[in-house]
Amino acid sequence: MAPVLTIRNLRKAYGETVILHDVNIEIEEGDFLVLVGPSGCGKSTLLNCIAGLEPISGGSVAIGGREMTKAPPKDRDIAMVFQSYALYPTMTVAKNITFGMKVRGVDAATQKRKLDEVARQLQISQLLDRKPGQLSGGQRQRVAMGRALVREPKLFLFDEPLSNLDAKLRVEMRTEIKRLHQDLGASMVYVTHDQIEAMTLATRIVVMKGGVIQQIGSPSEIYNRPANMFVADFMGSPAMNLIPATVEGGQVAIAREGDAPILIQAPVGANLPRDVVLGLRPEDIVEPGARHGAHVVPARCLVEVVEPAGADTYVVSRLGGAAVTARLSAETRAQAGQPLDVAFDLAKASFFEPRTGARLN
Amino acid sequence: MSDLSSYSAERTDWGKIALRWLLFAILGVFALWYLAPLFVMLTTSVKTLEEIRTGSLIALPREITFEPWAKAWSQACSGITCEGLRPYFFNSILLAVPSVAISTVIGALNGYVIAQWRFRGADTIFAMLLFGCFIPFQVVLLPMAKMLGLLGLAGTIPGLMLVHVVYGIGFTTLFFRNFYVSIPGDLIKAAKVDGAGFLRIFVSIFLPLSVPIVVVSIIWQFTQIWNDFLFGVSFSSAGSQPVTVALNNIVNSTTGVKEYNVDMAAAIIAALPTLLVYVVAGKYFIRGLTAGSVKG
Repeated sequence: MAPVLTIRNLRKAYGETVILHDVNIEIEEGDFLVLVGPSGCGKSTLLNCIAGLEPISGGSVAIGGREMTKAPPKDRDIAMVFQSYALYPTMTVAKNITFGMKVRGVDAATQKRKLDEVARQLQISQLLDRKPGQLSGGQRQRVAMGRALVREPKLFLFDEPLSNLDAKLRVEMRTEIKRLHQDLGASMVYVTHDQIEAMTLATRIVVMKGGVIQQIGSPSEIYNRPANMFVADFMGSPAMNLIPATVEGGQVAIAREGDAPILIQAPVGANLPRDVVLGLRPEDIVEPGARHGAHVVPARCLVEVVEPAGADTYVVSRLGGAAVTARLSAETRAQAGQPLDVAFDLAKASFFEPRTGARLN
Repeated sequence: MSDLSSYSAERTDWGKIALRWLLFAILGVFALWYLAPLFVMLTTSVKTLEEIRTGSLIALPREITFEPWAKAWSQACSGITCEGLRPYFFNSILLAVPSVAISTVIGALNGYVIAQWRFRGADTIFAMLLFGCFIPFQVVLLPMAKMLGLLGLAGTIPGLMLVHVVYGIGFTTLFFRNFYVSIPGDLIKAAKVDGAGFLRIFVSIFLPLSVPIVVVSIIWQFTQIWNDFLFGVSFSSAGSQPVTVALNNIVNSTTGVKEYNVDMAAAIIAALPTLLVYVVAGKYFIRGLTAGSVKG
């Protein structure tokens, strides 16, 4: 089967300013692709290019195996949910949802049937006669999704749909979108700047920065094997620890204050330069004895700050001149100003080139 | 200490009340000053000529007569004809209603395009249209007369209509552009994805939102066109004169006795339609004028 979305060498520029550099993406039927990156990275522009709302400066876009580079949005078999919801303010909820069908000349009976179906699915049947102005944020969000759902498109596009909701509602709607994706088996492209949203929703993640794709992969690939220091730092909360270190004779040395450097074995097969950056997730710094194996290295660190966060306690120390956070259990005996025995689990350690930021192992 | 503070509080209260009354007094004087001409016009228009000659200008009428109103409407003489204001009043309606409608529709479309369908040079075109608002009437008189002559519309109501539509587009475009610029662009994107085109989006989504600004445009344009004298007197001929020109001719006609009561009645009749538009649609006017500036 043809991929649902194929983007080849897409380039987008406004005059001299290049917004998107050579973007290549392919997604299969049923994929939930999340475009994530800091603001201004071009992710929303890319989504608009997929929708056909922005002309592209080079490359091609195909949807459902059909060439769509020059097609207007209405011919692309897509539906879109906007950050501002973009509900038509003078129309009732029912009219908002059926507007697209009306424009396309769908007969009244079908319109009615699909409207009822979607309203039931999203539990907005009691709101159909209201105007958008009379709805709460969460209800507007549902109506906006309803408008997309009735289209039954090949591809759903979401442009930061949850960023205008309060924290609690956002988590609820996130779950709901995930459930919707599972129930419909539909293909989706979803833009967000929130890495947690990206991790929880995606089957595939595209991390972007400055109009360039940094990495494409499954959430676990992105999380466990980030392609460079930007991805390592951007994805995950608290962020991955990036610890400067030096390599000598097959051993990696990490400077520590008031003590000898921590020495760890360099990974097999990797040809490391002299200066490297060791990337270690906070949860891979553990209490001694918590994990076992050759890849667990004991270390003693001077604790600078202790941050209890309910289930976990974050313990911050300083290694190789960088702040290093460990995610320990709430029962930890760590105290600020005191040394603490921990262990580094290097099974998932990443090594980066300090200047280019590229992954080495 | 506490005595002192309560004393000073009391003093400011008295000061405030005195100030408030002074303010009301001044406002009252200004209101009377402003209303005086209307009062004189109304009372004079229902007095007999005899009473006007003998009585005081600001006295209430001793007996009320509507004779002057009837005469102003259908018999008053201007120059050689004595048909009153009536035919000219209808000329003005025939002129104002289509002119207002056409200039409002064009302004709405212009504003929609300039605000929401950004194209190269949109800002320049808008700046030029805006500049058109500030061109004095007198400057365009001669070129306009020449153009109307070339088009064969000189001295006709359609010709005058064209003049007013052209002159009004700058203002109506300004109104609608400022109104539409505050409407989020996502709305158009959503409608495009839904399959709607340029006109469909305008008619189904933008026009229903535009009631306040349409009212502003109608009031503004109607007042301008109805009250216009210079274009009316320059570009009309005997049969196509608007009511303002006829009013001038009646009041300034030099034959016979000066009938102040008829003149006053004619002036009020000529002013009534704009007054009516304000009364009917005035509350939207204020709302619409500020609507563009605040995100709704």
